[in-house]
Amino acid sequence: MPSYLGNSNRPIMSKSKNDKLQGTLTLLVLRTLAARGPLHGYGMCAHVHSISDDLLQVEEGSLYPALHRMEQDGWISSKWEITEKGRKAKVYAITARGRKQLADEEASWARLTRGVSRVLQYS
Amino acid sequence: MAWYRRLGNVFRTERVNDELDSEFQFHLAETADRFVAEGLNEEEARRRAGLLLGNYSVQKERTRDMDVAGWLDALRADLGYALRQAKANPGFAAIAVLSLALGIGANTAIFQLLDAIRLRGLPVKDPSQLATVERSKNFYTAGWYASRNEAFSYAQMKALERHQHAFSDILTFWPTRFNLSTGGQSRYAEALVVSSNFFDVLGVTPVAGSAVLAKDDKVVCSSATAVLSYSFWQREFGGEMSAIGKTISLDGHRFPIGGVMPRSFFGVEPGHGFDVAVPLCVDNVFSKDGKGRAFNETAFWLTPMGRLKPGWTVERASADVRNQSPAIFRETLPAEYRAEGVKSYLANKFKAASASAGVSSIRRGYENPLWILLAITGSVLLIACANLANLLLARASAREREMAVRQAVGASRPRLLLQLLSESLLLAVAGAALGFTLAQILSRALIAFLNTADTRVEVPLGVDWNVFGFLAGWAVITCILFGLAPALRASGGEPVAAMRGARTATASRQRNGLRRMLVISQVALSLVLLIAALLFSRSLQKLLATNLGFDSRNVLLATVTTKGAGMENTDRRRQLFRDLDSRAASLGNVVSAAPILFTPFSGSGWNNSVHADSDAARAGGKEAWFNRVGPKYFATMGTPILAGRDVNDHDDLKAPKVALVNRAFAKRFFGGKNPVGRSFRVEADEGKPDSVYQIAGLVGDTKYNEFSEEQRCIAFLPLAQDDDPGDDRNFVIRARGSLGAVQSAFQHEVNALNPNLLVDFRVLDVQIQNSVLRERLMSNLSVVFGILAACLSTLGLYGVISYMVARRRTEIGIRVALGATRSNVYTLVARDAAIMVAIGLLAGFAVALVLSQYAESLLFELKARDPLTLVLAGSLLTITAGIATMLPARRAARLEPTTALREE
Repeated sequence: MPSYLGNSNRPIMSKSKNDKLQGTLTLLVLRTLAARGPLHGYGMCAHVHSISDDLLQVEEGSLYPALHRMEQDGWISSKWEITEKGRKAKVYAITARGRKQLADEEASWARLTRGVSRVLQYS
Repeated sequence: MAWYRRLGNVFRTERVNDELDSEFQFHLAETADRFVAEGLNEEEARRRAGLLLGNYSVQKERTRDMDVAGWLDALRADLGYALRQAKANPGFAAIAVLSLALGIGANTAIFQLLDAIRLRGLPVKDPSQLATVERSKNFYTAGWYASRNEAFSYAQMKALERHQHAFSDILTFWPTRFNLSTGGQSRYAEALVVSSNFFDVLGVTPVAGSAVLAKDDKVVCSSATAVLSYSFWQREFGGEMSAIGKTISLDGHRFPIGGVMPRSFFGVEPGHGFDVAVPLCVDNVFSKDGKGRAFNETAFWLTPMGRLKPGWTVERASADVRNQSPAIFRETLPAEYRAEGVKSYLANKFKAASASAGVSSIRRGYENPLWILLAITGSVLLIACANLANLLLARASAREREMAVRQAVGASRPRLLLQLLSESLLLAVAGAALGFTLAQILSRALIAFLNTADTRVEVPLGVDWNVFGFLAGWAVITCILFGLAPALRASGGEPVAAMRGARTATASRQRNGLRRMLVISQVALSLVLLIAALLFSRSLQKLLATNLGFDSRNVLLATVTTKGAGMENTDRRRQLFRDLDSRAASLGNVVSAAPILFTPFSGSGWNNSVHADSDAARAGGKEAWFNRVGPKYFATMGTPILAGRDVNDHDDLKAPKVALVNRAFAKRFFGGKNPVGRSFRVEADEGKPDSVYQIAGLVGDTKYNEFSEEQRCIAFLPLAQDDDPGDDRNFVIRARGSLGAVQSAFQHEVNALNPNLLVDFRVLDVQIQNSVLRERLMSNLSVVFGILAACLSTLGLYGVISYMVARRRTEIGIRVALGATRSNVYTLVARDAAIMVAIGLLAGFAVALVLSQYAESLLFELKARDPLTLVLAGSLLTITAGIATMLPARRAARLEPTTALREE
């Protein structure tokens, strides 16, 4: 059973870094775009899904609001492209500001996991 | 995407929606493809893809929220809703917008005038550095005055320039008017006679030609050029560049035109524009003695304005000119002053005052009245707002269910509040916009009212930030005033209670508390306005009812000018004036005519110290006023000759000097005894013998220049005994029937004698009415607004009482069913109204008593707390309130209990 990221009952309005679930979605998106280059929403879902060996699944309902918010924040940019199948797709790419944000988020994620694993290990 | 794109997206709804659809459609299609690849059929694949994405429209909405500035989107939706509301209820919208427009329009019109004469800086470089120099308290000078502003002699201004340290440069100016025409009817140009540094100090550069007024900067200069205002250039020369270098005739003297000032530059006196400026070194060419007033120590005509040195404030400058005053006045002491005059003159002090908004006689006369009118129109606007608030409150109760439904399905209270307020804001902004248009008409009408034959009032009424801010401020304030309370009320109800449709048998007092407060404040405000209206109109009435001592009806005033008509010889002028007099008297439809030096209420005058023949003292005479008249003046004016004789043709230069005096003169100098045969002495300048006049007649008291003046002691001297007949002569012509016919007949006679003579006509009644222009303005406007206020608050009272009666139908029905009589019901309703009106009146009286002191100085023979006025205003309002209550009260009393109860 894959873990769902994001909380579909609540609109994603907050930019707070403390919202860990939210922060994780941002982190995954930025990381994916940084690694894979420009990608559309569906591609991101597929990528996360396959790379995590089906352990993680981006909840589609949370992905699009998050993408649009990140675009407002200037972390990613978008443009429309036609895919090989001849479909119109909105393709996102990471920006310079997005890369900075990614570095921040990676660091804070590392802190979090280190902390959590210590607690799990020693208590 | 930056914030402005979020704002922009609010207005690209379609586009944003389409893009979201495309993005989601792509996602669904790709997901479906995957399911198909996993072996599902097409339809099932699409269904599963949809399930995975979740509720499509919710997703879309949540994603869209990220792209769009929410508040703005909500506002757009609210305004759209408000517009639909206005369309659904056009009557209410029209009443709201119109009453706001009237209130805001009147208010803005007055504010625009105040802005133009008081608040706005002069259209010159750094107006905040400009300051003027004025008289301090107890300033004494005696001599010849010829300016609407505080004015000083040339010598005083030169001494000021030398002694002061505060200003880098000082300019001086004298506003006057010159005649442009060279024969026939005169045509005047408003002129500024200015120091040659005038335009340099102000830092204004010409749009055409140059602003150099005189080549050689001397007391008397040989060459001078005229500089035109933009509007005069357009008017007289059609804005042609060829005007530069042409000449212009001013009082018969020709000047080359040097340049044209920019359109925005109206001069330095808000309220008075200028057409043409000439340097004051040419004053000699206009003077009779050929020297000009620069050499006359007792000619007070120049107003100074200086540019403060960097770092100097007006206060510091004021201290400086004050400190330098003793030296300045010692240097400029006129030789002809007598001992007491010398003492007072040397004690004179200057002070400085800011001139960033220029100097203005209009401001001096009208600033306080305009502030009062602003307060009055503001109050009318408040009353209109109260009415709107009441209407909206009534609507709020009608919409309780609608609001309850909205809340029940999830609308938050702030959201509802915003929606209701945006409706008010729409009305307020529409009202302000229409009000602004109205203000443009009203303010021009006001200025037109202030314009007379003698004073051309020109106010540049541009829209600046002051006016815009004022308008926007009113729009927001009115919106909050009339919209907030009803919005709070409408959105604050408990959904359950409202949905149940509960209407209690007795409408609770608390729910109507706000309406009562509104009505009470309306009554209070309109009482204050009615008191103001009555005060100003009664004051004007008292002024106009003053006995002038002459009959002003059907009198034409004519002024004939010989300047530029080749009449330099005094004997020829004397002969001409005699001819004109007899020709005027023999015209058709003329009862009689006579010449006079100063026509009544012209604003000009001449006074001096006088001693009765019994008084031996050399100095310390009492003040009397003088005028010169020809034979039959008193008969023409209808002033009785009480004793002695009229001026006659034998009273010429060879005959002994005689005078006719009025009763006040006889009373003051001769203890009320018949003065005929006695004589009086008029103090002359130092070193000259006093003149002695034999009293030939006693005439009735007349007003000299104003309705409100204390009765002056006046001595009338024969015109023919004046050493200098002057350049021009005034005639009073009493006519039968149309003054216009007499005017053209006299014009014809004058030009038959000499085509180069200029004539000016005025109607005595108009001249007299113009002397109380300010009082008429205050009276007319305060009455209009007072009535408007009373009507509005009566309507408000009527509306609230009717509403309360409607709400209490059931209660009244039960009361009647239980045996209450019609008069019981009537009393029930009327008592309610009476209490509100009584509280309102009390509050109004209290406010009026506090505010009345500000009106005191504008009233004539009337205390601001005049009891009769207070009683009159109170009863007027009580009567109208009574009528407003009677109608709904009677309706309530006639209520059939069965119908009222059946409705429940």
